[in-house]
Amino acid sequence: MIERTVQIINNAGLHTRPAATIVKLAAKFKAEFFINKDGLSINGKSIIGVMTLAAEKGSKLSMTFDGEDEEKAAEEILNYFNRGFDEL
Amino acid sequence: MKRKNIPDSNIINGIAAAPGIAIAKAYIYSKEKIEVSNETITDADSAIESLMYALQRSKYELNKILSIATEKMGEKRAAIFEAQIMILDDPILLNQLTRRIEKEKKSPEYVVNDEITKYQEMMAASDELYMKERSHDIEDIKNRIIRNLQKKKLQSNIKGEVIVVTHNITPADTILLSRGNVKGYITDIGGLTSHAAIVSRSLKIPAVVGTHDATIRVQNGDLIIMDGFHGIAILNPDESELARYKDKIEKLEQFDKELLVLKDEPAITTDGREIIIRGNIDIPDEITHLIQNGGKGIGLLRTEQIFGDLTSFPNEEEQALIYFEMAEKIYPEVVVIRAFDVGGDKFLPHDIKEPNPFLGWRGIRFLLDNEEIFKTQIRAVLKASVHKNVKLMLPMVASMSEVINTKKLIQKCKDELKEEKVKFDAHLKLGIMVEIPSAAVLAREFAKEVDFLSIGTNDLIQFLLAVDRGNDIVSVHYQEFHPAVIRTISHIIKDGQKHKAFVSMCGEMAGDTLAIPLLVGMGLDSISVSSASIPYIKRIIRTLSYKSARQLAEECLQLSTLDEITEKIEHFFTENLIKSAQDIV
Repeated sequence: MIERTVQIINNAGLHTRPAATIVKLAAKFKAEFFINKDGLSINGKSIIGVMTLAAEKGSKLSMTFDGEDEEKAAEEILNYFNRGFDEL
Repeated sequence: MKRKNIPDSNIINGIAAAPGIAIAKAYIYSKEKIEVSNETITDADSAIESLMYALQRSKYELNKILSIATEKMGEKRAAIFEAQIMILDDPILLNQLTRRIEKEKKSPEYVVNDEITKYQEMMAASDELYMKERSHDIEDIKNRIIRNLQKKKLQSNIKGEVIVVTHNITPADTILLSRGNVKGYITDIGGLTSHAAIVSRSLKIPAVVGTHDATIRVQNGDLIIMDGFHGIAILNPDESELARYKDKIEKLEQFDKELLVLKDEPAITTDGREIIIRGNIDIPDEITHLIQNGGKGIGLLRTEQIFGDLTSFPNEEEQALIYFEMAEKIYPEVVVIRAFDVGGDKFLPHDIKEPNPFLGWRGIRFLLDNEEIFKTQIRAVLKASVHKNVKLMLPMVASMSEVINTKKLIQKCKDELKEEKVKFDAHLKLGIMVEIPSAAVLAREFAKEVDFLSIGTNDLIQFLLAVDRGNDIVSVHYQEFHPAVIRTISHIIKDGQKHKAFVSMCGEMAGDTLAIPLLVGMGLDSISVSSASIPYIKRIIRTLSYKSARQLAEECLQLSTLDEITEKIEHFFTENLIKSAQDIV
């Protein structure tokens, strides 16, 4: 299992469109993927779950990846966060 | 359309709300509350199957919305629909839903409601404003799934041809049930003006409403003859009654067949004056009926009902989508979209209770006081107008200032859309409903300011004669052929046309076959009625000569009592050998 922390860097925060993209990315991998914030653990493959996360610019999220392709999953999803959801 | 008092014990009396005769078994439809019940189920597999159906149905609806939303509003704003579609496929959510149905043996509605509400509560708990809004989006998808689950349940309950007997019925129910094999409706409460009655007429499903006790007297499976012409139902009829009504049905079918031959013919008098006949529509499904009946466009699209399922005012996207679809379907004919006429007997926003809603905050007054709601609708109408076959009509106009202020608002919306590079019809035609006596008096002034006038007789007559036709005690005083009524109508037509306005009528009076020669004679350009009435009216117009109709009108305008006018019209019918469906039954 891998654990990573990311920071939201785009202005609009984790709004609906990036939430959908994250879930779509996660669906490509076998690894289980959870997002943790404020003591809440959300399954990253569930759109309705990810939509419950209030994550404005600057907030930090911890994420866990667990499964055979966890490395690749972590890399791709982290990249998407670090690109500011392609909205910078 | 009067109450008849026949004392026989197997006769149920009501109000004739939609014409037609039907013979079928009764199905008592007791409406489940919209709230989801906590009932336990026995068959989890079929419950899960229903859930899958509802999810698929919801996905189909949303995909339709998404494709047009993306095209018209851009990908970014359409993202919410995409997310909603993804929720319908959310593996974690689906897994949880099916597991709970299996384990807890609760109805799918209950589980969907309970489970999705949990997520909403998490969102609502956030301090961020946008999270509260997101919770509303989730509410939408939840309600969509539940609605589809309930539809499925209802449809599976109605098998074979039935007459639905129910306490009260909403227009949405009417539509829903009409997809099954419903031959007619009988209700305990409701009147002629109820929208369900109007929709029934349009869908050609006979209806008898306001029987007070039909649901108590009728048992599930009882055989019923219902006569929507006279507002009666015969419970468990004997052989001779059955034979008599079967014969009537046959004759009616023959009459209808003759009428449909006229479908593609214009409504033109024997001496060449054409009256444009359009249809009044409450919901998109009615368009098919309208086209089948040979209507030349939509003369009145009531927008309140389309969004009846929604608890709040629909957003611009939802509206634009529906108006655009309607305009496409009816093209090259036109659709006249009436701005929200809220208040009065329809619905009041946000629990504002008025002592006299008919004279209260409604129609254009409400819209101008709620500029955002009004702008949303104007922008949606403009967006739907790209093919130049859309017109906008204002309800309940009483003063010129209302038109002037609306025009300013329309200009503002046009400027915005231009800025946003959205296409629309720059010459969108604007008209008003003439349904308040002050607007009738000022017909000339209004005609100079707008492109068309449409006479709404229901309200006009009520206001002119100060009579509430829904009130049994005084409803006899509601008189279409009252001399003041016909003189007012004639004044609107003359003054309107003098100033180049197109004058039409979209009230119930236009659907009254007896009124047609008089209306044609007074010079009306167009008539808009419920689809089912179109062939009947066309048939009458095609047997008339404009010359004789004009003479009839001139004579009637000189008379001073209702009785004289009615007599003159009836005489005109016998003299010209005009036959109506009423004569057969």
